[in-house]
Amino acid sequence: MAQVARSPKTYDVCIIGSGAGGGMAAKILTEGGLSVALLEAGPDVHPGKDFKMLMWPYELPHRGAGVGGHASENFSEFLAPNGAWNIAGEPYTSAPGANFQWFRSRIVGGRTNHWGRIALRFSPIDFKSGSRDGLGDDWPINYEDISPYYDKVESYIGVFGTKENVSSAPDGVFLPPPKARCTELLIKKACDKLNIICIPSRLAVLTRSINGRLPCHYCGQCGRGCVTGSNFSSSQVLIPPAMETGRLTLITGAMAREIVVGQDGKATGVSYIDKATNAEMRIYARAIVVAASACESARLLLNSKSSTFPNGLANSSGTVGQYLMDSVGSDGWGIVPGLEKMPPHNHDGTGGMHMYIPWWKFDRQNDFPRGYHIEMGGGRDMPGVGMFNHLCHREEGYGTSLKAKARKSYGTGIGFAGRGEMIPNPDTYCEIDPDVVDQWGIPVLRFHFRWSEYELRQARDMQETFRTIIEAMGGEYQTKTRIDGQYPFGIVEGGKIIHEVGTARMGADPKTSVLNSYCQAHDVKNVFVTDGAPLVTNPDKNPTLTILALSWRASEYLLDEAKKGNL
Amino acid sequence: MSAGISRRDILKNLAIGAAGGSVLEVIPAEAAEYIHQLVRTEKGTAASAKYAPKYFSAHQYATLIFLCDAIIPKDEHSGGAVEGGAPEFIDLLTSENEKFQLRLGGGLFWLDGFCGDRFGATFLECTPQQKTEVMDLIAYRANAVTNPAVSQGVTFFVLLRNMTCDAFYTSKIGIADLQYIGNTSLREFPGCPPLPPES
Repeated sequence: MAQVARSPKTYDVCIIGSGAGGGMAAKILTEGGLSVALLEAGPDVHPGKDFKMLMWPYELPHRGAGVGGHASENFSEFLAPNGAWNIAGEPYTSAPGANFQWFRSRIVGGRTNHWGRIALRFSPIDFKSGSRDGLGDDWPINYEDISPYYDKVESYIGVFGTKENVSSAPDGVFLPPPKARCTELLIKKACDKLNIICIPSRLAVLTRSINGRLPCHYCGQCGRGCVTGSNFSSSQVLIPPAMETGRLTLITGAMAREIVVGQDGKATGVSYIDKATNAEMRIYARAIVVAASACESARLLLNSKSSTFPNGLANSSGTVGQYLMDSVGSDGWGIVPGLEKMPPHNHDGTGGMHMYIPWWKFDRQNDFPRGYHIEMGGGRDMPGVGMFNHLCHREEGYGTSLKAKARKSYGTGIGFAGRGEMIPNPDTYCEIDPDVVDQWGIPVLRFHFRWSEYELRQARDMQETFRTIIEAMGGEYQTKTRIDGQYPFGIVEGGKIIHEVGTARMGADPKTSVLNSYCQAHDVKNVFVTDGAPLVTNPDKNPTLTILALSWRASEYLLDEAKKGNL
Repeated sequence: MSAGISRRDILKNLAIGAAGGSVLEVIPAEAAEYIHQLVRTEKGTAASAKYAPKYFSAHQYATLIFLCDAIIPKDEHSGGAVEGGAPEFIDLLTSENEKFQLRLGGGLFWLDGFCGDRFGATFLECTPQQKTEVMDLIAYRANAVTNPAVSQGVTFFVLLRNMTCDAFYTSKIGIADLQYIGNTSLREFPGCPPLPPES
């Protein structure tokens, strides 16, 4: 390495990562008067230019299939940019049999540009589930500690929903929900017969204008990125107000390599690679907020070795990278011929479900711990590549009969996605690969991952439920899953649900946790972690809302400590 | 566009993002539509008048056009897959994907070889009856079991049928054929229309 370029200025805080956790910290800390340098490994995002909102498939040369038809590997060519399972020059490895999949977004706003906007609160029991069923650990905080921050986050970012008083799905501060789609009304009808709770979903999409942002225009394409900023993304909702304070310095193309520690054992700054020039840079700050995404943050801490911290920064407990969890995921779909009778109509709505099934079997004994929720889709969506794969495979033939069948079957598919809670296990973690580095010489992560019997039983229950609902709708369930092999009952590979959390968990005991209840490192009090890494459990509620709430809470604490001169 | 709201106002508002006091709160649909047009103008890819195949030879491309047209022909509802741009789409993706090159490029060679053995002609040179006979052999999986001589042709046709459907149903005429309504800006989501009476 040639000369290290040092920034002359010392910032109050350096934040690494601009997604949900980093963006929230940037907003709260700059509004609180601190100067902040925000490092983002990817480029800036320009919604008007980068997002493919309201485009038709035929306006893209590959119709959404991507170069060589490979886009399906990254969802779709329409997706908000710079997110991928594999990034050139930035590998990760999996131990034999683990096959962990790691989705990374290198762009301002990170994965909040494309996320599903599902904004669910954890419930009171989720923070104490360990002592209830003896599996895993409790959180060091209660629902009452985080609830005011859920209120603040929902009020600020905008979440629609309804008060339902379901104990597994606490109510929040909600905007009115959009009307249900036909498919959702029929699912609800079937669920009522089956005593399954089906309620309006909770998405971070504006059904009314708040905080100067435009309301949703119901094009159904949130995942592409919203040009009008009518759904929540860090890039459009958190970074702009931080920028307006004049105290935020956003540094894009900055790949953090190491957190640098001084003689006194406190962090003094961050070494990073400027991707444009491949130069090693260093930035100095009085406090560091690590929010690079759970596994990337673990990687950075583990790579920040020093004589004071030979096992990596904030890792005296040895738990950095441990307790890795994703959500249990199993999907299924069916054909409901009753939908053939629906007249053509606009079914787009918001970019996600308007109804969902929260965990409803909390009042009975199940053959697996914890629970799952069910997301739903299908109906008269915008046609896309792959929509008629099933028809082509099942019906065969060619000509006008094929065309007539496509016309008849369009809009009759109903899809379900079960998302459940994984119990952490000792065979599931990430560590530094001893042999492999990325293109800048930064050691990469090696993943270990195993689903246990708990998760497999949950996946089986999901499949049974999907089938029951489809059949109650008079439909035919299509998904066939194996009961053996590596992925029984359709359970997907670890990482595939993109809810990886837990790799720098909070806890009361510094021997078994990385952070205290304010996301502050036990070992280094001017280092905070505010992405998915602090989560102690990964309930069946997608983690983003909780990441935002914890980051807000941690940032207020950081502000307070900074004022008191405690950092 | 409502009177008094300029392009500049809209762009300024979008740039500010979360800033309060928006002039646009009352006109979300118009603003979204306006941006839609703006994005279109900047990103719209006008279809070129004449497509030059990137991967297939002129003869193979002519065969591809015939097959796409047979898989999704024009009918009383809409035009066919050729009008929907299927040959261009398939050629473009094949030029970028080695697996497709083997399965589709190799498959077209197989088809001519098969027709040569059987009829002493390339597929395109065959009579309409002969073409139908061959297509009816390779368009159904069951034939691959009963007649191993056509199994490679069946595998080829499976992929071709899929990609032809992908292309047609992502084209303007294919989307209209399905009577999809949407991809537009609405003030409110109307929900589900009344269900038709039970028959």
